[in-house]
Amino acid sequence: MLDFEKHIIEMEKRLDELKRLSVGSKEDLSLEIDELERQLTEHKTKVYSQLTPWQRVQIARHPDRPQTRDFIEMIFHDFIELHGDRLYGDDAAIVGGPAFLDGRAVMVIGQHKGHTTRERISCNFGSPHPEGYRKALRLMKLAEKFNLPVITFIDTQGAYPGVGAEERGQAWAIADNLMRMSQLRVPIVAVNIAEGGSGGALALGVADRLLMLENAWYSVISPEGCASILYKDAAKAPEAADSLKMTAEALHNNGIVDEIVPEPVGGAHRAPNATAENLHKSLNRALDEISAAPVAKMLDLRYAKLRAIGAFEEPQPKG
Amino acid sequence: MSIDTKKGIPEGIWSKCAACGEVIFQKEFFAGYKVCPGCSFHYPLSAHERLDTLLDMGTFRELDADMTSADPLAFVGNKAYKESLEASMANTGLKEAVMTGYGKVNARTVVIAVMDFRFIGGSMGSVVGEKITRAIEYAAKKHAPLIIVAASGGARMQEGMFSLAQMAKTSAALAKLADKHVPYISIMTHPTTGGVTASFPALADIIIAEPGALIGFTGARVIEDTLKEKLPAGFQTAEFMLEHGMVDMVIERKDIKGEIAALLDMFQMGAAGRQQETLSVGDIVPGADVARKMQKTVQTGVKKSAKNIKTQVKRLQGK
Ligand SMILES: [Zn+2]
Repeated sequence: MLDFEKHIIEMEKRLDELKRLSVGSKEDLSLEIDELERQLTEHKTKVYSQLTPWQRVQIARHPDRPQTRDFIEMIFHDFIELHGDRLYGDDAAIVGGPAFLDGRAVMVIGQHKGHTTRERISCNFGSPHPEGYRKALRLMKLAEKFNLPVITFIDTQGAYPGVGAEERGQAWAIADNLMRMSQLRVPIVAVNIAEGGSGGALALGVADRLLMLENAWYSVISPEGCASILYKDAAKAPEAADSLKMTAEALHNNGIVDEIVPEPVGGAHRAPNATAENLHKSLNRALDEISAAPVAKMLDLRYAKLRAIGAFEEPQPKG
Repeated sequence: MSIDTKKGIPEGIWSKCAACGEVIFQKEFFAGYKVCPGCSFHYPLSAHERLDTLLDMGTFRELDADMTSADPLAFVGNKAYKESLEASMANTGLKEAVMTGYGKVNARTVVIAVMDFRFIGGSMGSVVGEKITRAIEYAAKKHAPLIIVAASGGARMQEGMFSLAQMAKTSAALAKLADKHVPYISIMTHPTTGGVTASFPALADIIIAEPGALIGFTGARVIEDTLKEKLPAGFQTAEFMLEHGMVDMVIERKDIKGEIAALLDMFQMGAAGRQQETLSVGDIVPGADVARKMQKTVQTGVKKSAKNIKTQVKRLQGK
């Protein structure tokens, strides 16, 4: 339970109890119930309309928040999981394979953190090794070959920090994805579903459309990492989360994110199905829009989009 | 007195090498490309010094020299971003962490970008990303080989996602350069780390590393903290990356220029061969009108065979 959820959950419990009591009771409790319901709605709206970036980070990290495998199950059907990078191994931190999105065959690829301790350990808490990124690229190339649009789910605190990952070229694997994705001849929609930590997230994030769930974060460095550099104190992460402008709203305002996918009040972990429904609609719409352009035009637009990001000053603008 | 391995500026007539402890006389140090005569550690060079080691004297012409960083996030930390920028400018005499332009390597024209670690740790924000992207595009336009010298601690935290996006931007531009078969040589110097490594430095046709240079993606301290164990000796050095197949060669600073020239000559010869191949029709059939006639014959042939196929299909369909 998150700090700011405590009061809400207490009120909800009291409301449930009142409702339960009212069933067998001669006393009319409907007025009390109405009043409590009103208070609850009011309180929830207040809390969730003024979430700080750090509170959103906590929502994004909630253990019950739906992850890649959950969204695949809720949105797609007939998913066939494929394994391995054909070079070294299979990385459970990245899940992928073809599936149907309604009537459309697509390739789904995403980072998966795991829910149970066992699952979380087996997929390194969603931090991929180079073989994970190379598997992702292999599946994208497969998608290109058979003209399937690619949908990626971003959910990682970062690429795996380990000796083996460095030995096998973590930087090289990520860079290769950035370069190849920029020219992949099928539509790419990337969705940040929770956490987007640095280059390890970007390696699935070069796309025609970048969507972000309302409470997800995306940043060049984790708030803790930023705080330990800035203040030599990871506990100052809330301040760093403010400074980094890492929320969906801030990134949408800065033109980096194309669309914010709304989460029901309380966050995706309290309403996974409704969140999935919103995302489902957004994915279809994005694919329809991208597919409307011929491939060459689509690639030009993708390049123009990547090319345009940056804020700088020049005394004499060219032209 | 000692030399700082990060700054490489000794004070006084003699200094001690921070890497091996050997006493170095300043005159000898500067004459020897800032390489320790004891352990041959390659101390960092400023952008200007680097250009001097690579280009023929007086041939460098700078591009986009006046581009400066904006402060898109109005970043607040322990120090305002604007202050850090001003301090770096005053310190280095540079406007940003990279210089770009063109010049000659033993009389061969190249486009070149050189990073300077002294400028906010050689970090890549919007200006570094934009200047490098323009250099790549210029190389593509002019069909001139591209040389990029990396010296960077990673993406620039103070520009948040704008910085991370530069990794995708430069990588996408390199994909277009590769399409044009223009050679790109990357030189990884001390240090080449963080998100920056996972973009343009890793995506070259040839990667040259300087001896002893720190090269990697995740910082060694972060890996140590995660794994709770000591890292192997020589981890993330240029030699380590050579052993693991990530770079083509580790060569001394004084030899890099000659190696670049030799490689470019071979690539040039290959490219000339390809051009000749496309012209070979003209070689066999002299005279432009004859060539045109041949082309017409071929086109008519194609049309005829297309017509034949259509007739045959109709016949098969029983029409
Ligand atoms: Zn030494």
